Amino acid sequence: MLSPAIRQRISAAVDAVMDTTIRLAGWSAIGFVFAIFYFVVREAAPLLAGDFEFAKMFGSTAWRPESVVRPQFGLIALLAGTASVTALAMLISLPTGIAAAIFVSEFCGPRTREVLKVVIELLAAIPSVVWGFIGYMVIAPLLVQVTDASVGVNVLNGGLILAFMSVPIVMSMGEDALKAVPDAFREGALALGASRWQTVYRVLLPAARNGLLAAALLGVGRAVGETMAVLMATGHSVRIPHSLFDPVRTLTATVAAELGETVSGGTHYRVLFLIGTLLMMISLVINVTADLIVRGTRRKVRQ
Amino acid sequence: MPVNFFTSVRPWSRRRRRSRLDSICAVALLFAGTVACGAPSGSTREVVRITGSDTMVNLLQAWAEHYARVRPGVSVQVAGGGSGVGIAGLIDGTLDIAAASREMRPEERRRVISRYGVAPAELTVALDALAVYVHRTNPIGSISITELAEVYAEGGRIDRWRQLGARHWSCRSDEIIRVSRQNNSGTFAYFRQVVLGPDREYRLGSIDQSGSKDVVSLVSNTPCAVGYSGIAFATPGVRTLELATTPQGPAIAPSEATVADGSYPLARRLYLYTAGHPSDAVTAFTRWTVGPQGQTTVRQLRLVPVAASGRLVRWKEGG
Repeated sequence: MLSPAIRQRISAAVDAVMDTTIRLAGWSAIGFVFAIFYFVVREAAPLLAGDFEFAKMFGSTAWRPESVVRPQFGLIALLAGTASVTALAMLISLPTGIAAAIFVSEFCGPRTREVLKVVIELLAAIPSVVWGFIGYMVIAPLLVQVTDASVGVNVLNGGLILAFMSVPIVMSMGEDALKAVPDAFREGALALGASRWQTVYRVLLPAARNGLLAAALLGVGRAVGETMAVLMATGHSVRIPHSLFDPVRTLTATVAAELGETVSGGTHYRVLFLIGTLLMMISLVINVTADLIVRGTRRKVRQ
Repeated sequence: MPVNFFTSVRPWSRRRRRSRLDSICAVALLFAGTVACGAPSGSTREVVRITGSDTMVNLLQAWAEHYARVRPGVSVQVAGGGSGVGIAGLIDGTLDIAAASREMRPEERRRVISRYGVAPAELTVALDALAVYVHRTNPIGSISITELAEVYAEGGRIDRWRQLGARHWSCRSDEIIRVSRQNNSGTFAYFRQVVLGPDREYRLGSIDQSGSKDVVSLVSNTPCAVGYSGIAFATPGVRTLELATTPQGPAIAPSEATVADGSYPLARRLYLYTAGHPSDAVTAFTRWTVGPQGQTTVRQLRLVPVAASGRLVRWKEGG
């Protein structure tokens, strides 16, 4: 048997080790993010110094990076692809996700809530290539049969898949936001004779507005950054879409499909890293905005 | 007050439990992964790494399996990705053999020379018919190279099936959906070179698939589509078209005979490339692929053996 003194010393040592490990783990996250940002920007940076034509890059739809005649790096079609798929996904997933959040947080009983939450969180755990596979093998043939679409991999397909992937995020965040509204608000509304629906519509939604906005932004972030699923479901076609049934190509899918082939240091390679930088900046802006909004909510609720 | 917007991107973890505990687990997993991957595998087998052409990946895999029985001491590791990926890997020194369905470009050849001091060695290991696929319900029987160029090239004038003389009922819009390959593909480069001509670009708006098989599977569930891919990837859902060089010329179906005698317009060679001074294991393997056993595998995969063409099998040294 160890004497109490030794035991105490061991316990103190373990405490110290654990404390350091936890601190390191926390700070390492920041280190990793900055390291990733540094390496991505470093690969793209030589473009900024050279005589690369940025005006053409942001003013042209022609993406022909490996052309033997004349390589072209127009990003407009790719940006349009990302924007169209993301917008459609949000159009579908925001109403659905927020409605689900309202149901789970305000209307259903505790048992249903647990079941729903577990199942929806499971939805978030499905790997993105599986979603892509569903888009490619299940939704695509269905779209050709049901609609007038000439081709099944298109904006609608990608938007649906991304919507499925964002709903769990929007719902979880939305439910958190609604839960953060103090019960005094609900009690007050009931006392004034409001129905449940009136309480939700007139009291809870305005009170949780910021949190719901943050949920929406994180959903957007998820959709912009998604790669594998859109690579398989959108058709990977460089063009500005004119209808829901046009195939498109997104920024992320372009990087995923082309980075492997490029010889390191070439223009194509650097442009792909520039796209990476662009995507990171979009995510950063979205995450920081969402975070600021969430802080706003917390402060207001505390007052 | 620590900034925690990193954790806020994982909203599905419950709020009470997230942040530090999650980070610890993540970091622990990260380290565990590194250690496991870094551990030596404990084998002394010689390794031959081949990467490249997606057209050839089934062939390479079959060779690797066959070779494992012939020479158990050598492990042949195969990966696809496209001819461009293989050649880029060869230049960067991350693999032993690049498989390519197109010839190495002069610029790539220069990069190999500047890195290794000697020119890459090229070996023709099989011949392949690049087939033009349409949906099984498509009534069209043949197409000429000139028409194909009008369909695929920038400024081309054909974008409806009726312009090719077809009444394609199952394609309601009558629009020709062009299925193409991603731009690092050797097939993409070959098709451009031979069909579009050296100074024409592909028209934008084609659906670019990253695998030979994906082209065929997309065509098989898209009635309006046309696509190009190796003949070995044919499935019951698609039909291959006969090809003529000009609209007036005779249309020729892809087959071993028409590929071997060169009358099929899109017959092409499949190559293996090595750089620098490859090890004995690598040289032995490349020799084996063009030997009787390797070429039997070629035929089993519906490709055309080099011997059948009567063309000389040779290493091209220098350049």
